[in-house]
Order: sequence, then C-alpha cells, then structure tokens
Amino acid sequence: MTEYKKPIPTPDGDSKTFWDGCSEGKLLIQKCNDCKNHIFYPREVCPHCMSDQLNWVEASGKGKVYSYTIARRAAHPSLIEDVPYIVALIELDEGVRLMSNIINCDVEEVRCDMDVKVIFQKQEGMVLPKFELV
Amino acid sequence: MSIKRAAAIVGVGDVELENGKVIGNKSVFQIQAMAAKRALDDAGIKKEEVDGLFTAGLWGLPGVGQFPSAVIGEYLGIQPRYSDSTQIGGSSFEAHVGHAAAAIQSGLCEVALILYGSTQASDSVRLPVKPTTLTGQYETPFGLPNPVGAYAMAAHRHMHQYGTKQEHLAEIAVATRKWAQLNPEATKREPLSIDDVLNSKMISDPLHLLDCCLVTDGAGAIVLVSAERAKDCRKKPIWILGQGESHSHWSIHAMPDLATVTSAQKSGKAAFEMAGVTHDDIDVVEIYDSFTITVLLTLEALGFCKPGEGGDFVANQRTAPGGVFPLNTNGGGLSYAHPGMYGIFLLIEAVRQLRGECAERQVEGAKIALVNGIGGSLSTSSTCILGRD
Ligand SMILES: [Zn+2]
Repeated sequence: MTEYKKPIPTPDGDSKTFWDGCSEGKLLIQKCNDCKNHIFYPREVCPHCMSDQLNWVEASGKGKVYSYTIARRAAHPSLIEDVPYIVALIELDEGVRLMSNIINCDVEEVRCDMDVKVIFQKQEGMVLPKFELV
Repeated sequence: MSIKRAAAIVGVGDVELENGKVIGNKSVFQIQAMAAKRALDDAGIKKEEVDGLFTAGLWGLPGVGQFPSAVIGEYLGIQPRYSDSTQIGGSSFEAHVGHAAAAIQSGLCEVALILYGSTQASDSVRLPVKPTTLTGQYETPFGLPNPVGAYAMAAHRHMHQYGTKQEHLAEIAVATRKWAQLNPEATKREPLSIDDVLNSKMISDPLHLLDCCLVTDGAGAIVLVSAERAKDCRKKPIWILGQGESHSHWSIHAMPDLATVTSAQKSGKAAFEMAGVTHDDIDVVEIYDSFTITVLLTLEALGFCKPGEGGDFVANQRTAPGGVFPLNTNGGGLSYAHPGMYGIFLLIEAVRQLRGECAERQVEGAKIALVNGIGGSLSTSSTCILGRD
C-alpha cells in the first residue's frame, strides 16, 4: 500500500522567513515602510506601491473567517482520513488574508466573520499556521 | 482604438461525444485536427490561408504542452506569422478572439485559427493539484479541493453578504439541464429537479455534485478573418462587436472581494462600450458555468442585475427555455460538456445561435450575443459581444 505524505510548503527566497517564523511560533508578515500596508504572501516589492522597503512584523494571530468551505472529498490522498475538514480564508486584524484550516471544532459550527486565533501545528516536519474559533 | 467589426467569425467546428468521451479513443491531437478541419470547411477556407494561430491547452504538461501553438502548428502543418498561446484558463479563447481581431486589424495576420482540445475524461486524469512551490505553497498544504473549493468559498461569502440560498444555485443547474434536453449533442439530458440538485452529494460546502460542471472530453475550433476576407466565405460573418479582458488575482486568497468578480466587471464594461450596445440589446447569453455560483456571480458582474440580486434574477426558471433570459443554450458546462477549459464552446454556441442553426433550442431572431469566459479561481475573465448583419 502506498503511504502518502501530506503536502508541505517549499520555502524559497520570498517565503523562508515566514516559514521559519512559524517553526518558532510566530506569524511573521511584511509591512510596507512607504504606504504602511501589511502584505501577504511575502514579496520582494509592495504590491500596493512597488516600494522595496518592506519590514517583517509579527502579526497578532487574531482575525476573522472571511470565507470557508467544508471539504467532503480529500484534495490529496494523504488527507482522506481528515475528511470532512475546513479550509478557510482568514482575514487577519492587520488586514491581510491567508488560507488555512480551522481545527479543533465541529465542521458544521463555522460561519463567515467568526473570530479566530492562530495555533501552530506540525505537518510532515514543518510547522503550519492553523486557526481555532475563539 | 477599437476592434469593433475589424474581424468576423466565419467558421466553427467541434467533435461528437459519447457519454462525455470522444468516439474511437482518438488522441487530443486527432480531435483538434477534426475540429480545425470542420471549422475551415464551415468557412470555406483552405488551411494554407491560416496565418494566425491561437491556442491554449492543458494537454502535454509538463513537456510538449509548454509550447502548444508550436506543437499544434507542427501537427497541422501551419507555420503562422502571428502566434498567441495566452493561457488564462477558461477565458483564454475569448481573449484569443480579441487578440486575433486586433492582429487582423493591424494587418499582422488575416485568417486566424483558434483551437482547443482535451481528452481528460478518456484519459481519466483530473486537473492536477497545484504544486507546493511558489504561490501554491500557501494553499496546497491546507488541502483546498481544486478547483471547486475556491468557488465554494465565493458561494459562502455571497450567501453571507446577500442571503443567497442553495436553492438559487440549483435553479441554474435545472434551467441549464432544460436547454441540454433540447440539444441532441448534450451529455446529460435526463430530467432534473431543484430537489435532485439539493439532494446530490455535497462535494465542498455549499456546492453539491450537481452544482459542478461535467468532466468530459471535447475539441473546438474557430476561424476568424478580416472584414475583407469575410466577404467571400461559405457562411455569413458573425462580427466581433466588442471585447474586453482582465484578471484580478490567481490564488483565491488574493481575490479582492469573493462576492464580486471584478475581472468580469471590467471585461464586460469594456466589451459593452466598444460594441456600443446596452444590456437590453443582447438576445442570447453564453457564460461560463464551471459551477452554478460562477453563473450567478458573472450575471451580477456583467450588470444584468445588481450585486446581490443574482439569486432573484435566476429564480423561477427565468433562464430556462421559454424564460425571459436565454442563457447557456447548449446545456452549458453543467449538462452539455466541460473539457477542462470550456470557453471556446461558449463562442461556438453563440455563433450557431446567431446563424440560426440551433433547431429546437434556437432563440428566435437572435441578432446579438454576449459571451463571457471565466478562468482559474474566478481569476480571469474575457467578454465578447458578437453580432450578425
Ligand atoms: Zn507599499
């Protein structure tokens, strides 16, 4: 029988700091020094104003469920035992959105605009930011 | 500068399917060659005249599919002086129409062949999972079902903001099936009710199996020529009156507002302005139904109704045969066919409607059609407005 490993990110020049932050329990995002917008995912230049003056800041880890779906079919063979699971877009208090899972709840409980907070979880040797309802 | 009436579609071609699969186990090249030959015969134009080649595909990746226009050009023996393999998913072909019309207007080519094919059903391959590199690293580890998950999130957001119901989405699937029942070439023709849709298996909440398009094979081709060359073709010209395109994002997390398809707003506005027509002038509408929610969001974005009013717009089977708003008249991606990227089939059906070739499903007296393709995760859009003399 084939053993499937769960998909994990491939850190690169843009993202290494972000994923390293996760492994230390910190949700690091970029902030533009010029237009003051927060940015996700990490980039070389600001997508708002093209500035290259970007700083890493630690996000509060708090946010809201912008939207979500309940996956009734696994997106990958390694996730079959996790079905049904929630995939959500989280809007952080800093104003950026990222995709994640909402864990440690009944999947039927989740609604748009619910408050969530980050919780870091291991996946195949890496650490991913996941979220819990608060 | 406008491309209005710079070019006309004079030929269309496609291939027959049996239970959603090409007949005789033909390859993805064979069926594209068949569709191209039929489109050229339809126009009464010889292959030697084709000097512009436009294609996008999901076949042969990674590998020869990286060079789709060069590969198909080789297979068909076409060495174009204008080549475009713009790949923006399901809306690629509406973009190709605009690009081809602009190239024709500039004198860079005169006879453009637009081509697509897929044998995804015969090959039993589905759209691949996004790799975990580059932007995929922020999505794939979280197991978003692709592509349905992104559309499901848009549906939830629309429901949250506007009170749209699953029943509204089901109306679209049912109306589209009624059109398919009038199309002998459609894959799914058995009767369908709102309850059937709501009781079908939930795939990715709130989208059920019957909110999702089919997974089929298919091939389509379009021949687009200059106004001058159009004078001497077998079929009457179907003019490009207006075209627009845009994209707002790639990853669903970067979509500015999940309840508003801004790329369709922009491409629709551009096409309407170029054509100089209003919504009331449109006789038949062909829009991308990858999922029922795609249709509802696109109707709003194109301005056929206000934001949030899509549910009421499609209620009570208003888009079904005999309804006030003829929509997806071949049975759409939901019930006719959906070979991965469906956009070329929207154009082919619009042309056949404007020519009056649609027999039982013909929209009486159709003179102007609107076609809108959507690609990716509600990421890309292109709109074409077509008209006959
Ligand atoms: Zn900036």
